[in-house]
Amino acid sequence: MTVSVPTSVAEAVSLLAAAPDSLVLAGGTDLMVEVNAGHRSLDRVIAVDRIEELRDWSISADRRSLTIGSGVPYSLVMDGPIAELVPALAQASRTVGSPQIRHVGTIGGNLGTCSPAGDTLPVLAALDAQIHLRSVSGGRTVSFSHFMTGVKRNSRQPDELITGVTLPVLPGWQGYSKVGVRNAMVIATASSCLAVDESTRSVRVALGSVGPVIIRCTDAEDWVVGQIDWERRAVDDGVVAEFGQRCGVAARPIDDHRSTAAYRRRAIEVLSARQLRRAFPNG
Amino acid sequence: MAEFYSLRVNGVDREVVDAQLGESLLFVLRERLGLLGTKGACEQGECGSCSVLVDGELVCACLVLAAAQSGRDIVSIEGIAPAGVSTDVQQAFVDAGAVQCGFCTPGLVMAAHSLLERIVDPTDTEIREELSGNICRCTGYGRLVEAVANVAKTRIALGGNRG
Ligand SMILES: Cc1cc2nc3c(=O)[nH]c(=O)nc-3n(C[C@H](O)[C@H](O)[C@H](O)COP(=O)(O)OP(=O)(O)OC[C@H]3O[C@@H](n4cnc5c(N)ncnc54)[C@H](O)[C@@H]3O)c2cc1C
Ligand code: FES
Ligand code: FES
Repeated sequence: MTVSVPTSVAEAVSLLAAAPDSLVLAGGTDLMVEVNAGHRSLDRVIAVDRIEELRDWSISADRRSLTIGSGVPYSLVMDGPIAELVPALAQASRTVGSPQIRHVGTIGGNLGTCSPAGDTLPVLAALDAQIHLRSVSGGRTVSFSHFMTGVKRNSRQPDELITGVTLPVLPGWQGYSKVGVRNAMVIATASSCLAVDESTRSVRVALGSVGPVIIRCTDAEDWVVGQIDWERRAVDDGVVAEFGQRCGVAARPIDDHRSTAAYRRRAIEVLSARQLRRAFPNG
Repeated sequence: MAEFYSLRVNGVDREVVDAQLGESLLFVLRERLGLLGTKGACEQGECGSCSVLVDGELVCACLVLAAAQSGRDIVSIEGIAPAGVSTDVQQAFVDAGAVQCGFCTPGLVMAAHSLLERIVDPTDTEIREELSGNICRCTGYGRLVEAVANVAKTRIALGGNRG
């Protein structure tokens, strides 16, 4: 077994090129769980947590987008400047695991694992995040909807490193809500991110834990924009209820050890209706 | 394949010999370095009994790959207080009846120290959130929260002078 600890992206991608079967280790909060449970054995490990470029974030010159390195831990996203720019991502990060998990767990690891219950993923889907990947042959960028391809599947190639994500800084309300059995340390049984873009007068909704991938509720999104009084920031109660139902219809939940499909669909109806009301508080 | 690397634990450079590179920091602390204060239970990041500080951050040692930690500052419960001496946090736990079977105590003491380093005067909610990664099956948590609040109060009364 070998453990490499590169300090630059260039070094990391050349290690990956030399041995694409290597495991990239960031915070280890998914990978080490599998190792400890005996589900995965380690052979070649590339630990990327000392690559400073991956632990950085920046805002574009026009302040309309934010790029966050894949190695940025949740504890950095939860509050401070990133939380002001993308509040939904901060809310999602705050719900992950426990302080111990949030100190080391990263957005890149959430993307690498690509669980439908990954808490940052509905936010990345709702905001049409761009995922940056790098290999020795160069970089490429894919939208989140092309990145996540199934349950714990994504379009990352074995020789590619996830380097970061770019998100728009939107004018308008946004939030992330999650249902689980308790407040701390809980994997979502259903989750929803709603983001309003006042500049284009659009509403985006993405659902987690209710399908093999994160689901965008395009029907509900398109329908609701025409029902909103944008000047008064108002929607009728009937619209709120129908919006919830339309989001529930978009969900594709299953029965499993954590919950039932029926409960999950109902949870989505309630969460998305509540979020729409928070976004447009006036009746 | 047996390997050799070194770790800085509680301020001392320690050689880890005859280890497998896939071992967790929890395993290495206990089984290779004989530091038995850090406890292991779930090895899934869920219980917090293995909490240690790596470069000042509270983490679950069971989820840390030991062989990738060379050059980092690792502090385990043994580094918080020398044997036989109690910190103010440890004493407050005892006084509040927050130590029952004691299995969760090292992890919770680490979490409490880490919290009070960052937040001098935590609210009840902050204490509960910061301790939310540590499971205790005995105390029902009330005494733990009380112990941490008592330390904060005492430290403030003493003008930041750490006992
Ligand atoms: C107790 C506990 C509670 C948890 N609670 C939650 C929760 O509430 N919500 C949630 O969403 N998740 C939760 N998780 C899962 C986990 O913490 C997250 O998915 C986290 O984001 C993983 O990040 P990491 O840096 O630890 O990833 P790692 O475990 O290091 O890696 C995860 C995967 O991503 C790959 N990877 C990581 N970085 C890169 C990169 N830069 N390029 C390419 N591939 C990469 C790895 O190869 C691996 O396949 C929890 C885990 C634990 C142990
Ligand atoms: S043993 Fe590490 S969290 Fe339980
Ligand atoms: S005192 Fe027994 S588990 Fe906490």
